[in-house]
Amino acid sequence: MTTWFESADDAAERLRAAGYLTDDATALTTYLAGALEKPLLVEGPAGVGKTELAKAVARATGAELVRLQCYEGLDEARALYEWNYKKQLLRIQASGGRDAGPDSWSETHDDIFTEEFLLTRPLLTAIRRDEPTVLLVDEVDKTDVEVEGLLLEVLSDFQVTIPELGTVAATRRPFVVLTSNASRELSEAVKRRCLFLHLGYPDAERERQIVTSQVPGLDDRVAAQLVDVVVRLRELELKKAPSIAESVDWARTLIALQIGDLDEATVARTLGVVLKHASDQRRAVTELKLAVR
Amino acid sequence: MTLLDTHIGFVEALRSAGLSVSLAEGLDAISALEKVRWDDRETVRAAYAATLVKRQPQRVTFDAVFDIYYPRLVGDGVRAGDTTDEEAEGDSAPAGGPRDTGADLERFREALADALAAGDQQALQDLAAEAVGRFGAMPGRGPGLSSWSAYTSLQRVSPSELLDRLVQGLLAEGLDGERAQRTAGRRIGDFTRLVEGDARRRIAEEKGPRHVADVTVRPTIDRLDFTAARRSDLEEMRREIYPLARRLAARLTKEQHARRRGPLDVRRTVRASIATGGVPLTTHHRPRRPHRTDLVVLCDVSGSVANFAQFTLMLVFALREAFGGVRAFTFVDDVVEVTDAFRPGADVVEVMDSLAASISHAALFGRTSYGRALTRFAEAHPDAIGPRSSLLVLGDARSNYSDLALPVLADLAGRARHAWWLNPEHPRHWGTGDSAADRYGEVVPMVECRNLAQLGEFVHEIV
Repeated sequence: MTTWFESADDAAERLRAAGYLTDDATALTTYLAGALEKPLLVEGPAGVGKTELAKAVARATGAELVRLQCYEGLDEARALYEWNYKKQLLRIQASGGRDAGPDSWSETHDDIFTEEFLLTRPLLTAIRRDEPTVLLVDEVDKTDVEVEGLLLEVLSDFQVTIPELGTVAATRRPFVVLTSNASRELSEAVKRRCLFLHLGYPDAERERQIVTSQVPGLDDRVAAQLVDVVVRLRELELKKAPSIAESVDWARTLIALQIGDLDEATVARTLGVVLKHASDQRRAVTELKLAVR
Repeated sequence: MTLLDTHIGFVEALRSAGLSVSLAEGLDAISALEKVRWDDRETVRAAYAATLVKRQPQRVTFDAVFDIYYPRLVGDGVRAGDTTDEEAEGDSAPAGGPRDTGADLERFREALADALAAGDQQALQDLAAEAVGRFGAMPGRGPGLSSWSAYTSLQRVSPSELLDRLVQGLLAEGLDGERAQRTAGRRIGDFTRLVEGDARRRIAEEKGPRHVADVTVRPTIDRLDFTAARRSDLEEMRREIYPLARRLAARLTKEQHARRRGPLDVRRTVRASIATGGVPLTTHHRPRRPHRTDLVVLCDVSGSVANFAQFTLMLVFALREAFGGVRAFTFVDDVVEVTDAFRPGADVVEVMDSLAASISHAALFGRTSYGRALTRFAEAHPDAIGPRSSLLVLGDARSNYSDLALPVLADLAGRARHAWWLNPEHPRHWGTGDSAADRYGEVVPMVECRNLAQLGEFVHEIV
């Protein structure tokens, strides 16, 4: 049995050491997910560090990260396990000579459903591993509803039933993180099995810390200016508000352009890094009263 | 009350407020609480939130109920000899002194102005507690009968009068005008909310938490009626429109995808089976052709339903791709086409402005007349509705007792492939007063649509 974190403070401390700044609620929920051995469902807008949280947990605890990227059309074969049909066919053809008797078929039959022909996919891999594992189920809202049913067995009992082999139970429970943009409402059954954490945009102070820790060369004054503009942009009615990832990108851009002061002209010039809709950019220019070239 | 009673009361209050908290989640919350320290109220809140809240819009409700069941302090805090996290209150609340005198009010407002200028959350929190304790008491005749009023406290303190002073202070700090105004407004809004929260807490203490939880819980933003929304709610709703449209679009493509598998494509299947020695392991199917209808939206924009109309138009246009083509007309008693306002990639705020401007064009005499508007529409745009188009009428069907032009609507509906009427009023008001909802409802199916959730469901159904 692994203890992932000693306490909420320990979680905050070790995640910071791994390069991830948390707020109190995030640290506490992360700690609880480890202590209660329950999966953690993280929701929030794109680019606030949901996936990053899972990676940081892996880094902080020295665990291996197994990632299942969800997409529309994801099925059992891609998520859990699959039989290597081609290899099985080869095996049958190799054994089935003209002189083979009835015994050899039953032998072959038993043969082709063994570990040798099993292709493990992320969920099964995470469960079978003996070392500490962080299982990241990314963008779980992108999948079809049927996949959720598949996840249920894994999330509640940490086991997978393979009809031909039997039930594979986890020797060591992985730390499971599910992320979602809430583009689809997940089923109550999945939610009930998880702890829930909503990651929103951070307050200005924490965002400044995140930006400076991610982009070391950034001047403190510029970082403050940058965060100030980003916070104002989020207050506007935009189609896509800038995320943390985008403020970090912006900081990197400023470094690359060797800009030492974020004045209005610079903001107007580099706005494309944070705002990805033409109408959003127009709105920002008028609302912030930027001087257009 | 023991801790367990509080916990169970809390969970039940959450359930009656509309959160689905199962027994298993309640048990999870308890085992989570066993793992954390209880000396910090925010820790307890976070532990409960992690286990009980499963949807972000519920968070506001959760916080309100949590504040009632796990109050920040009891009574006046320090004065009542309580050992909660309040120590800073001592200097501003002289124990047992005369309450609510003019001088006190003056002094209090000074302190409030300072705290607002500094943006000091802790001080504001303390001042809110003091404001309710000092100015909001409504003494009753016996124990359990006295009450507290956020309204009275705010009337006496009137923080909005401090607005100008606060703005001046912020300007002096070097903020530009508009920004100072916004910051000042937000801080005063925060203070108002704190006072309301503190009044709730005191009432809960007096009358028991159950009572308050039943009375004060507000519906979440997507269940809030269009007609009952306040100004700030409307802004929040507008922010919700694009995420809502995106969610709907994602759901639609997914469902279309699932239905898309057409008949078996034998050629491709056989060709693919060569790789597996002639065994067709994967089958290939022909895609199905999607069919799309044109949508014609007729929208009442008179004062009573303008908000509703704007949201519906925004949502329909955000989902443009799901339809073959969208044309929108607004009316009061004359009809104006507003399709142009919704250029692809247009800005929400601009669109809202141009919609507001179109209202003046749509009003010929200034009184809503559905009959006249429908007739004008049929005359001016006879080509708009054809066998491929769906007609969507938005409005409360309150026509000022004028001619209803039912045959015109019947003709329009007959020419269209489908027709619906969305009504933002509760069905029990249909047909009362000047509402012609029941009579129009006989011609065109009428659908109740009072909040974002219902709107989303309806739009999903028609596409």
